Amino acid sequence: MQTKVENNKAWFLVLPVFIIVAFSAIIPLMTVVNYSVQDIFDQNTSYFVGVEWFKQVMLDSRLHDALIRQFIFSFTILLIEIPLGIGVALMMPTKGRSASLCLILVALPLLIPWNVVGTIWQIFGREDIGLFGAFMSFIGVDYNYASNPIDAWSTVVLMDVWHWTPLVALLCYSGLRAIPEMYYQAARIDRASRWAVFRYIQLPKLTSVLIIGVLLRFMDSFMIYTEPFVLTGGGPGSSTTFLSQALVQQAIGQFDLGPAAAFSLVYFLIILLVCWVFYTTIMNNQKDK
Amino acid sequence: MTQSSTQAAKQPTARLYGTATTPQAPVYSRAEHKAKNGTLRRRFGMTLYLVLLLLPIYWLVNMSFKTNTEILSGLTLFPEHFTLDNYAKIFGDPTWYMGYVNSITYVGMNMVISLLVALPAAYAFSRYRFVGDKHMFFWLLSNRMAPPAVFLLPFFQLYSSVGLFDTHIAVALAHCLFNVPLAVWILEGFMSGVPREIDETAYIDGYTFPKFFVRIFIPLIRSGIGVTAFFCFMFSWVELLLARTLTSVEAKPIAAIMTRTVSASGMDWGLLAAAGVLTIIPGMLVIYFVRNHVAKGFALGRV
Repeated sequence: MQTKVENNKAWFLVLPVFIIVAFSAIIPLMTVVNYSVQDIFDQNTSYFVGVEWFKQVMLDSRLHDALIRQFIFSFTILLIEIPLGIGVALMMPTKGRSASLCLILVALPLLIPWNVVGTIWQIFGREDIGLFGAFMSFIGVDYNYASNPIDAWSTVVLMDVWHWTPLVALLCYSGLRAIPEMYYQAARIDRASRWAVFRYIQLPKLTSVLIIGVLLRFMDSFMIYTEPFVLTGGGPGSSTTFLSQALVQQAIGQFDLGPAAAFSLVYFLIILLVCWVFYTTIMNNQKDK
Repeated sequence: MTQSSTQAAKQPTARLYGTATTPQAPVYSRAEHKAKNGTLRRRFGMTLYLVLLLLPIYWLVNMSFKTNTEILSGLTLFPEHFTLDNYAKIFGDPTWYMGYVNSITYVGMNMVISLLVALPAAYAFSRYRFVGDKHMFFWLLSNRMAPPAVFLLPFFQLYSSVGLFDTHIAVALAHCLFNVPLAVWILEGFMSGVPREIDETAYIDGYTFPKFFVRIFIPLIRSGIGVTAFFCFMFSWVELLLARTLTSVEAKPIAAIMTRTVSASGMDWGLLAAAGVLTIIPGMLVIYFVRNHVAKGFALGRV
């Protein structure tokens, strides 16, 4: 690790970033804080209610349910996407034309606007016009993501796995590319098994990219909104209503600004807490090296 | 293990063991058989994964070339009555194709703003220690984690009150919330890979900071800048929630216009599919340009 020079003038270089992020982060956040402690009737009438909304949010069973669903969803997709992503990265060709072709094709789902991802699966999963829905009914599964909660749930998970496994795969692929050929030669001389090569050479080298991958996937899945919104609209019932959607329903749908703001802050704090834990882990991990 | 390295490894071993025992037929050791099967299995697995990955996209493309009657009358793997009507409808109607122009405009603006402010900041983070640097970095990252839903309403009010509502710059600025921290993060990784000695030599040679930065440093991290631009494009292009909330007519993104396909007579599936296909194309172009840097880029410069 190189030592950095102590220089407070560096703040001038950071200033533009600070201003632009402050404009789009601090001002809105202050507005949210302001809402969360007031009861607002219209533009001019509002009065201070203290922690009233926070109490209400903490006790709201709909939000508890959304939070539990959110955690189950995030952990499910992490459990599927991380191993699958590693597997795909190991299978990807490393040289020549096929390698760049694979890279482009694998990265493709990442560049599709999120509502189009929802649309694709909305079409793909329908029994009358979609291949997947038709296939399911062909093999005799009574599948309908619009009316059966289990089907809806599994379609949302499948969609997310389809959409985001490429990110994990590409992260791992770039991690694998950074392993010098010498390591493999040494393993060959030792007649190491495929598993040993993976366990003792590839996996340790993947740790840092995997942390980034888990971090990004956890955060992004925690704020998922557009895809399930287009696909199921949070239904049937509220079986696929995750936190973001519950929040938007409350803020825009019912215009309950106070509780929605309090909810936003709690939501943000949860993410921040998890983010801090990950960040400390990454930094410690880099220090060990 | 790479395919070619297995190939390379096979020959010496085959010569060593094979010729020594039975010269007539090549004898493969168990490990070699395994390696050969492994390569085959790997190719098969990759192909299977790619097919499954592309199937939903293929279905969308397939549907965009069909008429609505054909879509609703039954499943066909290829369009029987191949038609470009859906695309013609989009390119013939300004309210449709302006959506693409709007999206590309604000994505471009966002890329430029993000890179311009992130470059000096990333340099500062990678080279200097200053008061509150760690906290600042964490605070920036925490914005990457902020759910857009939280900021929806405040953004709407903020941009309305400064008169920016329904302009491209409003969406570009709003997307800076998550793109600027990401850009700083990626660029910092790439910049830390450039040895400090280069900076010092340049300063000794009499370069001032701006001159050094533009003439020497930026060319050195060209690929890093390309990758950062790619990520900014990606996250700004795919985002809809903020873009839709901050616009109504003038700057409305294509993704929001797509919801128009629901009409009284039911869904216009063909048109929806065609609009969807057209949103995938810019992404494909962009990834084609950065394909050689993508392997390193996805590690965010940190491997």
